[in-house]
Amino acid sequence: MSAPVKQVATGDRAILPEGAKTIPIFVMGKRYEVPETLTIMKAMEYAGFKFLRGAGCRGGICGACPTVYRREGDYKLYFGLACQTVVEPNMYLAQIPFYPANRAVYDIEKIEPVADAIHALYPELFRCVACNNCTKACPMHVEVLDYISAIKQGDIARAARISFDCIQCGMCASRCMGELPQYHIAQLVRRIYGKYIQPKAEHLQKRVTQIESGRYDKALDELQKMDHARLEKIYKEREREPDMVPLGAWMPKDTQYL
Amino acid sequence: MKVSYYPGCTLKTKAKNLEDAAVSSMAALGVDFQELQRWNCCGAVHSLADDDLIHHVAPVRDLVRAMDQGSRQVVTLCSMCYNTLARANLLMRNDEVKRKTINDFMSEETDYHGEVEVVHFLNFLRDTVGWDTLRSRVKASLNGMKVASYYGCTLVRPADVAIEPAGGGKVMNEFIDALGGSPVDFAASTVCCGSYQILAHPEAALEVIGRIIESASSAGAEALILSCPLCEYNLAKKQAELVSSGKISKKLPVYYFTQLLAIALGLGPEASRLDLNEAGSVEFLKAKNFPVESGARA
Ligand code: SF4
Ligand code: SF4
Ligand code: FES
Repeated sequence: MSAPVKQVATGDRAILPEGAKTIPIFVMGKRYEVPETLTIMKAMEYAGFKFLRGAGCRGGICGACPTVYRREGDYKLYFGLACQTVVEPNMYLAQIPFYPANRAVYDIEKIEPVADAIHALYPELFRCVACNNCTKACPMHVEVLDYISAIKQGDIARAARISFDCIQCGMCASRCMGELPQYHIAQLVRRIYGKYIQPKAEHLQKRVTQIESGRYDKALDELQKMDHARLEKIYKEREREPDMVPLGAWMPKDTQYL
Repeated sequence: MKVSYYPGCTLKTKAKNLEDAAVSSMAALGVDFQELQRWNCCGAVHSLADDDLIHHVAPVRDLVRAMDQGSRQVVTLCSMCYNTLARANLLMRNDEVKRKTINDFMSEETDYHGEVEVVHFLNFLRDTVGWDTLRSRVKASLNGMKVASYYGCTLVRPADVAIEPAGGGKVMNEFIDALGGSPVDFAASTVCCGSYQILAHPEAALEVIGRIIESASSAGAEALILSCPLCEYNLAKKQAELVSSGKISKKLPVYYFTQLLAIALGLGPEASRLDLNEAGSVEFLKAKNFPVESGARA
């Protein structure tokens, strides 16, 4: 007889094997016994919570599941994404799926790509006291104060770069002494940067023009009509760029579509 | 020589002429002016409320950043940045209780006890570059130009952060002298420019601005220099209004002191950035035969 398969924490619902260790966590003040090794999100579902808000991608990128918690015997606040943070014994937690933060109205087509325009839309920028609470609250470890400072200094490119990993979860705004909506300001900055400042990818524009001119229509048409067996065959036989080949060092033999 | 330098937000946006002129001048003098790698707002105004410690966090964080990157000295250009940084530094040196509270609050940073020296650029020129060196590097002497030094408040008040002892009023005069100009003493040199009152109580501010300009002009000044973007806003940008309301008889060209430095060192218009000054500033210098015509008026 083969050994019984141990199964812990798989799928959306964890099935607890016999003898699996559980730990106590406190969700909004109520104690639950949950299997260790689960993420907060899975632990909460294990405990019976159902997410209507507060869960999206389950992959740490949508910003729907920010969670604030404390550890036993520690006065500090901690922040994490419920879908990425593993439960700890006796953690006290609550999810904050949404946090109100003012968002300025603007037309990105008409905006002037300069610091003054950003400052005028978000004058509360100048209420920042550099307390750094925002940075401490960021589950993505974005240097929030640094991007806010860069925006005040008019350095749009730097602010866009520093804020790149922001997933708009809102935790920074929840802790801000100056009541800034940091992530909305950073989003405006990245929009301006992307549209007006970042160098354009000319090769991409060229390819888009080629596609729009109908250059590939015929080939795509043929592919769509192709029977399954032939499709499979040409797929398997296709030329493929080898992994790790230095940039520009490889060319396919068939260049008719380039 | 490498020198750590704290610019301040306004120098990166509205007062590029204050910064660009200083940075180019330093390069010309062989000083490697290195902007702090990370910095935030200086706090702008030093909070006087005894229990309001949060407003000291911004300047202290800047000083921690300077210390962390190994700087023992940080040079500033803007009078207000200088004032808030220097006062926060004193607080961290002298007030044990507040120092502990602030360090505890900023638990993510290295503890700070006032290790870094905050130096205003004028004092840096005097003490590190030296007036004699500066004098020897002048290529386009101000040639007796009558220049009034406007200190305003924050360079000289309060006494424990003043860039020179009370009643001094010398360092800017020595600076003008080193550049070949004739310093003009005038009564309103340390009278407040009206500061932020220009927004809340514009009438009161305009009154005092008018008095300062008249005081300098009637003492014979042909131009006025200063080191603060807020003073510049009031004393330069508001002059047209004062002329049309008859509060002053004629306009007086206003420059950041760093701009006259760049000009005297013979650096081009790209360095002195007069394109950002009020109308009349370029014309005045041009009439004196300084090569200040800018092909690239931004
Ligand atoms: S910067 Fe703010 S909104 Fe963006 S990920 Fe960090 S805490 Fe969330
Ligand atoms: S939390 Fe707000 S006030 Fe504090 S540093 Fe961040 S943006 Fe500034
Ligand atoms: S569910 Fe999307 S980040 Fe957690």
